[in-house]
Amino acid sequence: MTKIELTVDGAAVSDDVEPRMLLVQYLREKLGKTGTVIGCDTSNCGACTVHLDGTSVKSCNVLAVQANGRTVTTIEGLADTAEGDLHPVQEAFRECHGLQCGFCTPGMIMQAVDLLGENPHPTEEEVRLGMEGNLCRCTGYHNIVQSVLHAAGQTEGATA
Amino acid sequence: MTATQDRPAAEIGKDRRRKEDQRLITGRTRWTDNITLPGMLHLAMVRSPFAHANITSVDTEAAKASPNVVAVLSGKDFGEELGACINAWPITPDQKTPVHSPMPAGRVAFAGEIVAVVVARSAAEARDAAELVDVEYDELPAVIGIKKALEDQVLAHPDLGTNKSALWVFDSGEAGTGTDAEAAITEARANGIVIEREYRQQRLIPAFMEPRSVVVDPTGEQITMWSATQIPHILRFALAATTGVPESKIRVIAPDVGGGFGGKLQVTPEEWVAWAVARRLAKPVKYTETRSESLMAAHHGRDQVQTLTLAADKDGKVTGLKVHLDADLGSYVAIVGGGVPVLGAFMFNAIYKFPAYRFECQTVLTNTTFTDAYRGAGRPEATYAIERLMDELAAEVGVDPLEIRERNWITHEEFPFTTVAGLEYDTGNYEAATAKAKESFGYDALRAEQKERRERGDRVQLGIGVSTFTEMCGLAPSRVLGSLDYGAGGWEHASVRMTPLGKVEVVTGASAHGQGHETAFSQIVADRLGVPFEDVEVLHGDTQVAPRGLDTYGSRSLVVGGEALVKAVDKVIDKAKHLAAHLLEASEDDLEYKGGRFTVAGTDQGVAIQELATAAFAAHNYPEDMEPSLDADATYDPVNFNYPHGTHLCAMEVDTETGAVKMRKYTCCDDIGTIINPLIVAGQVHGGLVQGIAQALWEEAVHDEAGTLVSGSFVDYLLPTAADTISFDVVHTDDPSICTTNTLGTKGVGEAGTIASTPAVVNAVVDAVRHLGINDIQMPCTPERVWRAIQGSRAGGATDTPPDAMPHFQEGALNQDEGAGQ
Repeated sequence: MTKIELTVDGAAVSDDVEPRMLLVQYLREKLGKTGTVIGCDTSNCGACTVHLDGTSVKSCNVLAVQANGRTVTTIEGLADTAEGDLHPVQEAFRECHGLQCGFCTPGMIMQAVDLLGENPHPTEEEVRLGMEGNLCRCTGYHNIVQSVLHAAGQTEGATA
Repeated sequence: MTATQDRPAAEIGKDRRRKEDQRLITGRTRWTDNITLPGMLHLAMVRSPFAHANITSVDTEAAKASPNVVAVLSGKDFGEELGACINAWPITPDQKTPVHSPMPAGRVAFAGEIVAVVVARSAAEARDAAELVDVEYDELPAVIGIKKALEDQVLAHPDLGTNKSALWVFDSGEAGTGTDAEAAITEARANGIVIEREYRQQRLIPAFMEPRSVVVDPTGEQITMWSATQIPHILRFALAATTGVPESKIRVIAPDVGGGFGGKLQVTPEEWVAWAVARRLAKPVKYTETRSESLMAAHHGRDQVQTLTLAADKDGKVTGLKVHLDADLGSYVAIVGGGVPVLGAFMFNAIYKFPAYRFECQTVLTNTTFTDAYRGAGRPEATYAIERLMDELAAEVGVDPLEIRERNWITHEEFPFTTVAGLEYDTGNYEAATAKAKESFGYDALRAEQKERRERGDRVQLGIGVSTFTEMCGLAPSRVLGSLDYGAGGWEHASVRMTPLGKVEVVTGASAHGQGHETAFSQIVADRLGVPFEDVEVLHGDTQVAPRGLDTYGSRSLVVGGEALVKAVDKVIDKAKHLAAHLLEASEDDLEYKGGRFTVAGTDQGVAIQELATAAFAAHNYPEDMEPSLDADATYDPVNFNYPHGTHLCAMEVDTETGAVKMRKYTCCDDIGTIINPLIVAGQVHGGLVQGIAQALWEEAVHDEAGTLVSGSFVDYLLPTAADTISFDVVHTDDPSICTTNTLGTKGVGEAGTIASTPAVVNAVVDAVRHLGINDIQMPCTPERVWRAIQGSRAGGATDTPPDAMPHFQEGALNQDEGAGQ
């Protein structure tokens, strides 16, 4: 067991973890941060995407011990409160129907936030390339791309 | 009281944002794997690495000694209480159906089948210990692939004596719905056109994003199962029927479910093993599969060989169609596995007026993952075959593919139309959908560009693909299902409850997993009952909350479940009217109901439905011939399927030097009757399109010659990404063909995109290179396959489809093109 101390969604946490424990397992099993989900075992799907010191990472690809001393933000810490004050990217996904079953959504939103942080005014092509590491089976990506462009202020919103 | 008269205009047709989204975008979700119970134990499955083998011994000693392992159990540790995975649709009386134990003790029939289960205090410890279970196998020869299975040389289940499970036949001449297809073919051979093709529907994996997960809690009077399932009600039925626990002692909950696409329309070995272990240990247990397990052991879809003969006169008017399918069931006949190709039987004639039709389907067993429903289930395969054939016929006659369709389709004046397959299509307007799609697509300009590129000899050629589809959905009229020997009905149930404070609880037997029922059903109830959208709460997915239901699949939730809702709401209004008349001291005949309020005609007297709900709750003053409640239930059994249709147009660019294909534009005009929520409809279409496009271009589940799934991870099974796909042009007809068999006029849309898009894409790819002498490219149309087709044609190779276009069926080639990737 290795002791780690880190900040997750604004709260300081400290635990003894097995060195092999993945960050996503730590978040789900130790902290109950079940908003972050596991969709594959080959780091292809991106459902587990969180921010580590402000940069998106697939949390199945990071060991919990690697997060020691660092800051993690999950989908649960993105909005100011659970009931309102959504992050603009969350709001855009709702506005543009950028989700259906919602399983990939936490990862999609976290990736989109990071993408827009690096490139606040992306083209559709840049959005598609920037979201390539996150799989969705429901939406056909059409409205996910619209959501990201909408969050960037580049579309009016959903078109049905 | 809510001021219902201030309610906004009609909800139906409005692009409401979804009620579901708040919890999903903030991570406040309740996926099955999120559920943790006190004392809960975790399961890990030990799976067979062999496709076919006798289990000679299972040594669990080392695993049992592993830290925090509670138990290690194999098939021989259980008796009848383990139950069985059922087949609910024996398609013929003499269907061969192997016994499907959730965890066989004697013989495994596919690689990935469960042979033992480890129970430990944590999932990681269970998995560690699973590695220590020592299973000895006596390997048996495995039969892989349809053509091998048909030879009956190697048997998937030796005790059955054959791999052939069932032969299902429909013949319009015999059924009296049309004439003799063989006669039409004979006539066409002499005086017309005969198109003969063999098409391959490759095996696909539904690949829902949420891996399957199950939690069983045996504490308390009812045993509760949470499962990532589309079918909580059918699951409860099957648990009771096969494990000896009465239905009244079983509660099944489908909490938030992360996609299904048919892939969670199953009763799974994993659920049955978890059920048995929890009962044995009297402790809550959880099993969540890895993605690799999901791809290997959750059911697959499609996997057919289609042998097709189309007869037409010289003008391209079709005179007959003969279809022979060979369908791979995999290792077992799954819950509706055998029935999936039969669902396509009625759709090969599609939107056309074929006079003669014969359909045969031979299902076969192999030592591969079992197959079952995947989005569209039988209808995509049928639509692919006929829409590819119609393009081939157009090429033969030398006219535009849309022209050949127009010569054969049912015109809008001819509805209702009884088809050669015996279905009655109520409404449709293929002309209108085609005209609108053509306009939005810019069909004529793209055809001009195609011509120009061809003449110029451009390295990148343009192809335009057409798919004018229809489908039968809204499963299903119970009597029709009965006539097909399906094991259940097709009704749906709803309850509408008025709460004391005037809110509305709607209980539906449909079980959403991404479809947005909470939103769309709220819109229906808001309009029908005249209450605010926000005041409607939709409850579903728990057999103790929604005790009756037949769940969600086959584009049925809105057209069947929505109609049940309408009927329940109408009953609530009838009861409320009786109470209103009593309280207003008026005759029921003088009451009008509008905007959630009863008013006495010609007066300013009135009472709102919410006030009546409170009055019924208080029950201080109500008519003697009435019970003090406004709540009502309804069970609706549809009288017919419904038949959405559409025209899909796709432009593909093909690089003739590299074989690379690129989608340029995709337009679809779907006519789905009344649209409840256009935003949700667009989402269903987009997602459906990409699943169908993925079959055309990318996805294929491949077992090697030993029966090992080699496309067993997302590295190998090519789910499309945002970078692979484009934005779509989704339009609808201005004057939709309203469905006449339900009150709302709706038709299903959940599967439409998937059914329509696959042939549109392949037609476009073939159209781009047809001038090079190519008339087929097998799916998925990878750059390699396209390049080989072009090279073959340049070398003067054969272009007749059978048998050379299907080289992967040649001996030893195993689902790969000749010489490819071996």
